[in-house]
Order: sequence, then C-alpha cells, then structure tokens
Amino acid sequence: MDHLPALQVVLPLFCAPLCAVLGRANLAWMLALAASWLTFLISALLLHEVLQQGVISYAMGNWPAPLGIEYRIDSVNAYMLLIVSAIGAIVLTAARPIVDTRIRLPENKKPWFYAAYMLCLTGLLGMTITGDAFNVFVFLEISSLSSYVLISTGRDRRALTAAYQYLIMGTIGATFILIGIGLLYVMTGTLNMADLALRIPQVSNTRTLHVAFAFLTVGVGLKLALFPLHLWLPNAYAYGPSVVTAFLSATATKVAIYILLRMFFTLFGAEFSFKTMRLDLILLPLALIGIFSASLVAIFQTNVKRMLAYSSVAQIGYIILGISLASLTGLTAGIAHLFNHALIKATLFLALGCVSFRVGAAKLERMAGLGRTMPWTMAAFVIGGLSLIGVPLTSGFISKWYLVVGALERGWWPVAMLVLLTSLLAVIYIWRVVEVAYFKPPPENEVIREAPLALLIPTWALALANLYFGLETSLNAGVARQAAATLLGVTP
Amino acid sequence: MIDGLNPALIFIVGGALVPFVPQGFARNVYLLLLPVLSFVQLWTLPHGDFAVVHAFGLTLTTLRVDNLSFVFAVVFHIAAFLSVIYALHLRDALQQAVGLIYPGAALGVVLAGDLVTLFVYWELAAVSSVFLIWARRTERAYRAGMRYLLVQVCSGVLLLAGVILHVRDTSNPIFGPLSLDHLGGVLIFLAFGIKCAFPLLHNWLQDAYPEATVTGTVVLSAFTTKMAIYALARGYAGTELLITIGTVMAMFPIFYAVIENDLRRVLAYSMNNQLGFMVVGVGIGTELALNGAAAHAFADILFKGLLFMSMGAVLLRTGTVNGSDLGGLYKSMPVTTGLCMVGAASISAFPLFSAFATKSLIMEAAAQEGHWLCWLFLLFASAGVFHHAGIKIPYFAFFAHDSGIRCQEAPTHMLIAMSLAACLCLGIGLFPGALYAILPYPLDYQPYTVTHVITQLQLLTFSALAFAVLIRTGVYPPELRSVNLDLDWLYRRVLPTAAKDLWDTIEGLHQRVIDSAQQPIQAIVNTLYRHHGPEGRLARTWPTGSMVLWVAVLLASCLIFYYV
Repeated sequence: MDHLPALQVVLPLFCAPLCAVLGRANLAWMLALAASWLTFLISALLLHEVLQQGVISYAMGNWPAPLGIEYRIDSVNAYMLLIVSAIGAIVLTAARPIVDTRIRLPENKKPWFYAAYMLCLTGLLGMTITGDAFNVFVFLEISSLSSYVLISTGRDRRALTAAYQYLIMGTIGATFILIGIGLLYVMTGTLNMADLALRIPQVSNTRTLHVAFAFLTVGVGLKLALFPLHLWLPNAYAYGPSVVTAFLSATATKVAIYILLRMFFTLFGAEFSFKTMRLDLILLPLALIGIFSASLVAIFQTNVKRMLAYSSVAQIGYIILGISLASLTGLTAGIAHLFNHALIKATLFLALGCVSFRVGAAKLERMAGLGRTMPWTMAAFVIGGLSLIGVPLTSGFISKWYLVVGALERGWWPVAMLVLLTSLLAVIYIWRVVEVAYFKPPPENEVIREAPLALLIPTWALALANLYFGLETSLNAGVARQAAATLLGVTP
Repeated sequence: MIDGLNPALIFIVGGALVPFVPQGFARNVYLLLLPVLSFVQLWTLPHGDFAVVHAFGLTLTTLRVDNLSFVFAVVFHIAAFLSVIYALHLRDALQQAVGLIYPGAALGVVLAGDLVTLFVYWELAAVSSVFLIWARRTERAYRAGMRYLLVQVCSGVLLLAGVILHVRDTSNPIFGPLSLDHLGGVLIFLAFGIKCAFPLLHNWLQDAYPEATVTGTVVLSAFTTKMAIYALARGYAGTELLITIGTVMAMFPIFYAVIENDLRRVLAYSMNNQLGFMVVGVGIGTELALNGAAAHAFADILFKGLLFMSMGAVLLRTGTVNGSDLGGLYKSMPVTTGLCMVGAASISAFPLFSAFATKSLIMEAAAQEGHWLCWLFLLFASAGVFHHAGIKIPYFAFFAHDSGIRCQEAPTHMLIAMSLAACLCLGIGLFPGALYAILPYPLDYQPYTVTHVITQLQLLTFSALAFAVLIRTGVYPPELRSVNLDLDWLYRRVLPTAAKDLWDTIEGLHQRVIDSAQQPIQAIVNTLYRHHGPEGRLARTWPTGSMVLWVAVLLASCLIFYYV
C-alpha cells in the first residue's frame, strides 16, 4: 500500500511497451483495459487515504526531497488523479469497436494505438502526481507526444495537419513552461515544489521571477487552450478519433489547468499571483471573451464534433473564470467544473463516437432522424447536453451554481449575468443537434441501427454519472471545496 | 379490522393495483371485494381521530370518523359498490382503476380531519376523475375533460391558498367551522363552491358529466359534488349567504333542464337543482336542516345514480340519449323503464319514495326558521323537478312518439345495479327511520303526516297536469337538436373571441416591431456569422504561424503587464 503513488504511474508506463509487443489488437486492448481500471482503483484508494490522513509524500527510489523526486499527493491532485484515471478507464472500455473500424492504422499497428494511449495516461497521471517541477515538464512531454500520435490516427486526413499544428503549439507551450521552470531554478536553486514555495517569496521582487511568471502563464495557457491560445484545439478534437477526443477533452486540458492551479496557488501563492501580479486581470477578460466567442462559433458550426470542441474552449473559460475569482467559492466552482466538464464532454464525445460509428461522420445533416434510429445514443447525448447547459439535477448545474454564487460574493454581478446569458448560447447549439435528430425524418434509403452495446454501455455509464453527481455532490463539490481550501491555505 | 387504517387507502391502493389483477372473473371479484372490505373497515372503526401524523410543523389528523363524516362515508361506499356492479362489463383497466381511486379520494376528503389532508384528497379526486371523461377517447371528450380539469385544479389552487392563509392566521389545521371574515375562509369557500357548482361556477358540471363514458358519468355524479356538500356542512354550516345561493341553485337549472335535449345533460341540470336544496339546508344550519342536507345527499346519490344508470343503459344500447331521437323504448327495455320510473318518482319526492322523506326535512327546517320566501321558491323548484326529471326523462326516453328503435334490454349486471339502487330508494321512502338513525344529529321526525302527503300529492298532480296540458296544446318546448347557451357561452365563445381580437392587435403591433427590428438584427447576425461562422475569422483553421504570433502577442502583453 505504501507504494501506491509509484504504482499509479509505473503501471500504465510499463503497460505501454507490453501493449506494443503483444502484437494483437485485442490482447493489447485487454491488457490496457486491465491496467487502466487498476490505475483507477489506485487513484480511488489514494483519494480515500488523502481524505482520511492528509498529505502523502512519497520519495521516488528512496531519494529524499529536495534532491530526489518527490511524489506529493494532497486533496487537489488526488481529486485530479481520480478524474483522469476514471475517464481514461471508461473511455478505453468503449474504445475497441472504434479502434477496430474507425482509425487509420494497419491491423498490425493497432496495438501501438493502445501503447500511445497508455503513455498518454502515464504522462497525465505523472504531471498530476509529481511534486517536482522539472518532472512536470518530463511527463508533460510524454503525454503531449503520445497525444499527437493518437490524434494523427483519425480517419480524416486533416487529422495529420491538425496533429502537426498541435505538435508545434504544444511544443512551444512546453518550451515556455520549461523556460519558466528554468528561471525559477536559477533564482532558487531547487526544483521541488514544496521547496520552491518556501524560497520564491525571498526573491519575489526580481525581474527574473516576473519573467518566469509570464512564461508560465502563456505556456500553461497554451496547453489548457486559453482564448486566444486555443486555436490548435478545435481541429485536433474534430479530426482525431472519437475515443481520443473524448479522452483528451476530458483530461488533457484539465491537467493543464491543474498545473496552472499548482503553479500559481502553491508555488507562487495566491497572495503573490492575484494581489501583486494581478493575474486575475489577465485571466478574467480572456475567460469571458473566450466563453462568448467560442460559444458563438459553436452555434454556427456544422461539424458537431468541431462544435463540441469550441464548446470545450468556452467551458474552459468557465473554469478559468472561477479560478480568477480567487475566492473559496470561485475556486470551488472552477475545480468542480473540472470534474463535471470532464464527465459532460466524455459523455458527448462518446455519444458522437456512437453516431460516427454508425453514420460515418459527425456532420449535423447526417444526424437527421437519429432520435428515432439511435434512441439510446441520442438520449445519452441529450443528458450530456442538458448537463452542459447546466440544467438543475445534472452535474453541470452544480458548477454553474457555485460560479454564479462566487461572482456575486465578489460583487461582480455583471459577470454572474454573463454566465447565465452564455448558458443560453449552449442551449442554442445543443438544440440545433436535438432539432435535427428528433424533428427531422431519418433518411429513407438507408438503415441505421443503434450503436453496439460495447459503446453504449460506457456512454450511458457516463450519462448516468452526470445525473448522479447532479444529486449527490459530496465528490464533485465537497472534495472540490476541500481542494480549493488546500490551495488557498484556509480551512474549508 | 386493522386499527386506524383509512378506508380511503383501501380504495386508492386497491385501485392502483387493478391493472395487475388478471382480467375477467378474478378482476371482477377483486373489484367487488374492495368496497366491501373498506366498508367493513369503516364499520368497525370507532368514532374518533386516527392516523395522526406530524408534518410541516403541524399536527395532521388524516382520519376522523364522527357522525357527519360517517353518513357520507357510508353512502359513498354504497355508491362505489353499485357503480362497480354497473361497470362489470368493462374490459378497460384505466376506467376500472380510476373507478376505485376516485371514490377513494372522495372518501378521503370526507374522512379528513385537517385541511392539509383535505387538500391532498381534494386534488386527487380532481385529477383522478378526469380520466373517467377522457376514457371515452373522443376528441370532444378530451376537450371537455381539459376544461373540467382546468376548473377542478382551479378549485384546488384556491383551496390550497385558503388553507395556507387560514393556517397562518390561526396556526390550527383542524378542519372545523370556518368563517368568511378572513380571506383564507373566503378562498376555501370559493373552492368548495366550485366543486358544489354554485350558480355562475356551475358550468363545468353540465359541460363535463354528459361527455364521460356510460359508466363514468354514474361514478362522477355521486362523489365530487356531494363531498363539496359535506365540506360546506363541516365548514360553513349556518352561513346565511348559502340560503340565497342554494335557492338560486334550485331555481335556475329548471328552465335549462326543460329545454335541454341531451337527457344526461338534463340530469346534470337537475343535479344542480338538488344540490341547491342541500346548500339551503347547510345555510340554515340548524340540526334539523343539517340532518336534512345529509339525508338528502344520501338519497340523491342513490336516485340520481339510478337515473344516470338508466340513461347510461339507453346510451349503451341505442348510442344516443337525445330526447329528439328516442321514444317508445319501453317496448324494448321494459325493466329499465320501470327502474327509471322508480328513480323519477324518488327524485320527484313521491310519497313512499326516498326524497319524500329527506327533502321534507329541509323544507321543514326552512319553514321553522321563518325563511318563507326561500320555502316558496323551494316549493316551486320541487314542482320543477317533477316536471323535468320526474316526467320528462322517462317520457321522452321510453314513451312519447315511437322512434322505431328496437334494442336489447340492458345487460343483467346493470339491471342488478339499478335494482339495488331502486330498492334502496324505496327502502328509504318506506322506512326512513333507518336512515334517520345514522344522521349527524338525533332526529324525531315523521314524514308521513296527512298534511304533508296531501300537499305533496297536490303539488305533483298539478305539475303533471301542467305538463299534460302543455304537451296536448303543443306549447311545450319540443325536443330539438340544439345547444343551450349557458353562462359558459361567455368563457367558451365571447372571451376567446375577444381574446383573439386582442391577440390579433398585439400580433399586428408585434409584427411591425419585428419588421422594423429585423434589419438591424439581421445585420448583427450577419456580422456574427462573418466572424464566427464556419468560414469566419474566429472559426477557420489558422496557419500555424498566426497561432504562434498570438502566443508572442500574449507573452509580450503579459511581460509588459507584469513589469508595470
């Protein structure tokens, strides 16, 4: 049990080459599936332990910090680990039919898909669990490189250019982060996060530190697709395979947001970031513009996957908005929405996966009449859509609620109004799909069947989770509040 | 039986389980057994309060048995049992289930000891009963049902508002005497008034009841209005206003009933008239008058049920109950004719029939308290009843000119139900003492005095004479296929027309506003589309270089911002 933190990362890491050498897609899938569910189990155990006993510190290879690499798990990253591993496991469960038929890889290369998936999972979990700043960069590269590979396997040839653009932008982002971390190392002589947090205040008035702060802001902003640095995201999500989109949209940007939280709240401290550097003055306007602009673009999209990708940019805006409030409620809203949006987008993209599995493309006009021909798929899509809008009794409502309350606490009622107003934009773009699927007759000359159970069951598990966490909020709101309190250094 | 178990729950839960009982013999036995079980439960319950629960910070008495509620509960059981027998031919789980749930809800109202429980059952009765109308499954019935539901829910809303105000003012939810001094009391009064079909609030009754199914109308006729009479007797006994309201109620439907063609609608009007007598009784409020109201409600459920059953049988066999299409049916349906005549004699208060023993209590109370004007009007109304219900119904359905319709006699189970009802009507008329014994207050009254019998016979003879003369001279309004304009014409024709005109005006204005706003809005949408549309600047795929440029711009801005 003591080595759970190491196993969390090592298990998928070792699984990746095994998948590659197994040579048979089905075997590789089963191995990866077992590994991903085990990582989920481990993350659940870790969260339980953290909530019971407080922070876990694990010295990798018994080298004590600050020299060795420390894995440090508190309520914030235990919560993130759970999100990443849960989505990773559920999406992988649904992956087989799509990988079998809808990715552009020869049959003997298909195990490599699962290897890349495992590596990506390793990277994301590693970024989250580690307590070492440089280690963050290493895992960031692991997850990024593998995600470029995953996206490039999309059937549409544009997936290749999308992956290429993502590679360029992602590398720039990673470089910026590396520059930021390097500058911090120069100024403090340490890479251990807890150590950095102690030493940064002593040098907080130096120009170098301000530059490091700026590089980290932009670098992390790129990785999390902050407006206007989101331009790589829509194509990457739209042209990648549905399972990859479901997995990445629910986890990759979320982990980047976690890095932002870790950097600006733990390393620099909320006081320094938001009082001295006024980070909120940069984040808040960008978040608001992002929400508006991306929602409007989503309304006009005809490719439903691309529409949801833009909606993701808008939703990231909500999370950043909550963070920029820098209050307990605002931060709770942001962190809760990390969880809820992961559920929502995984549901929606998996439902679209079901659609494209049967229909071929996630084009709006191809979805006519699907409400009748694929009732279960579309019902799951509608549940996800309602949650995205933030209808009461769904999990999306919980985060919207905290967000509005947080904005009102700060007295920013125009922001609260804008949040509610932009929810209406989500109503419009979800409605466009519902209208086509339920009110247009299905095409007459082709027979469309309901998606296979192997896809439907994970999709519905996620859809039901949307409803469950809309009622039982101890995990998504309760733990989020505790995590927010940890970040702000106050008692919840 | 089971201590403190509400008989209403036996009906409601039992009714809800009906669809799970296999159709046919088993279900029929089950349907018949439930009212019997419930009746045994009621009979074995001692008088008092049961099933007291605490909720919303209030003490709620969900079951109260006392003299007043007992007599209503007994007759509700009889009515429910008879209607089950009458409906034994049905193979429709919905009607069968609702046919038990709805009486159960009415029973719940009568046995409710507090206003909150009252409200719950009140609403349940409203909502469940509408299915008896919808069960006819025609467009017309659907629309009538919607109108009915609207009115019933309105009554429920008024009741809820009134209860809330009343409980806030008095912090006492017990359902006892209420007053019209507070707004809460007035609202509750109005809610009761709607269900009781007070004049101007009455149209739902004539509108909806004749649209229900053959069996549905029989069930409907027994409960909703009588539970309202009970509620009035419990809450507003002795309210003078009710005497006026009741008198008007007894008077005005007579004229409508005379010219109405649909015989079930004639009965609906006559129901209004009978309710008027009861409302007067409640308004007088003396022990004798309240006894009269309860006894007359008891008798009315039976004879009105009998009449509706006979008309239902006619409808079932011939497909119509329009007076203009019927006639001469006595040849085909002799037994039904005879039983219908018993009902007609009962409602007309012939000596030896039930109303003679019950209506006279109310008349006597009015006379004793010196309400002479009211007494006179009620006397006139009695003559009118004989006219439209006692003579018109059997005359046009079974005698008059022969319409040439030859049909079968009513089914046996219907005849059994009607016979039982007819026996009870006669029984009450012959041995009123048994009914008098369970009335709320002790009663020492002898209906069969020489004066009473002779007065009543005179009244009936002259009324019959008038009918005969009018028919012979051809002055009597002939049975025409026509629609009578009642007050509901106001809200079903005038108001919608006015509303439509208003709407058209608004629509015109709206259109103009839209027209003038269209261009700027179109311009905005176009701009948005230009920038956000699929080919717009914000949505299209950017060259990598431009993306990187944005990164540089943002980095520069951040640096400048942090430096300053």
